[in-house]
Amino acid sequence: MLRQASRLLSRSVAAGTSKSATARGFSTEVPSTIDSTFVESWKKVAPNMDPPQTPSSFMKPRPSTASSIPTKLTVNFVLPYASELSGKEVDMVIIPATTGQMGVLPGHVPTIAELKPGIMSVHEGTDVNKYFVSSGFAFLHANSVADIIAVEAVPLENIDASQVQKGLAEFTQKLAAASTDLEKAEAQIGVEVHSAMNAALTG
Amino acid sequence: MASSAAVPFWRAAGMTYITYSNICANLVRNCLKEPFKAEALSREKVHFSISKWADGKPEKPILRSDTPGV
Repeated sequence: MLRQASRLLSRSVAAGTSKSATARGFSTEVPSTIDSTFVESWKKVAPNMDPPQTPSSFMKPRPSTASSIPTKLTVNFVLPYASELSGKEVDMVIIPATTGQMGVLPGHVPTIAELKPGIMSVHEGTDVNKYFVSSGFAFLHANSVADIIAVEAVPLENIDASQVQKGLAEFTQKLAAASTDLEKAEAQIGVEVHSAMNAALTG
Repeated sequence: MASSAAVPFWRAAGMTYITYSNICANLVRNCLKEPFKAEALSREKVHFSISKWADGKPEKPILRSDTPGV
């Protein structure tokens, strides 16, 4: 997983620094990527029409990275049906990435992290808000903005411990009895999610 | 480009990420306390009808609905 992260990061960095014809620059460099030879030949052929615009000219410039690390992390935590946190300024969030619990502070290196079922905690001063996240992604940007998206996220108090135990037993049994690959995978997912919920409630 | 990373077990079994993510979400929803569980399940109800087309005409539609009595 860490190998993947460095490949993804270096790919995005390489695309930004290389000036080859096939690489698109970041939208902060929009003016310089306008092709002047194309514009000139366009004006010769159709002097009264504006040259066609490209999608990058409609994009807002990417927010510039502050030279000094900001003091707060801005968190946007969204679910398909609700926006849990929107532009909230916090000190730290701990996200359940597939590579382990990841602590995100302001100035974190830009990262895209896939989330596994687990606890996400938002730390603001002495307040800590915990959510159990079913799965999702976290996008950490260079300007200390964190976009966390999850399909389902619930406060820990809303989880029923007895149903978790029941589910864990049921799926452990299904895993032992599973025959096809797909059944095994589904049972394995069930075991993982229920163990994570169990750990979240007892830990 | 060499694909050297190990694939997740669900991907190896032929499942897509969306299927995996939806299964995880359903499992979490089923373990909620009342009344949150009722809210979550009512939120996820779907109601749609599919019809296959043959020779430019729609065939008999299949109705999939979570609301009873429809």
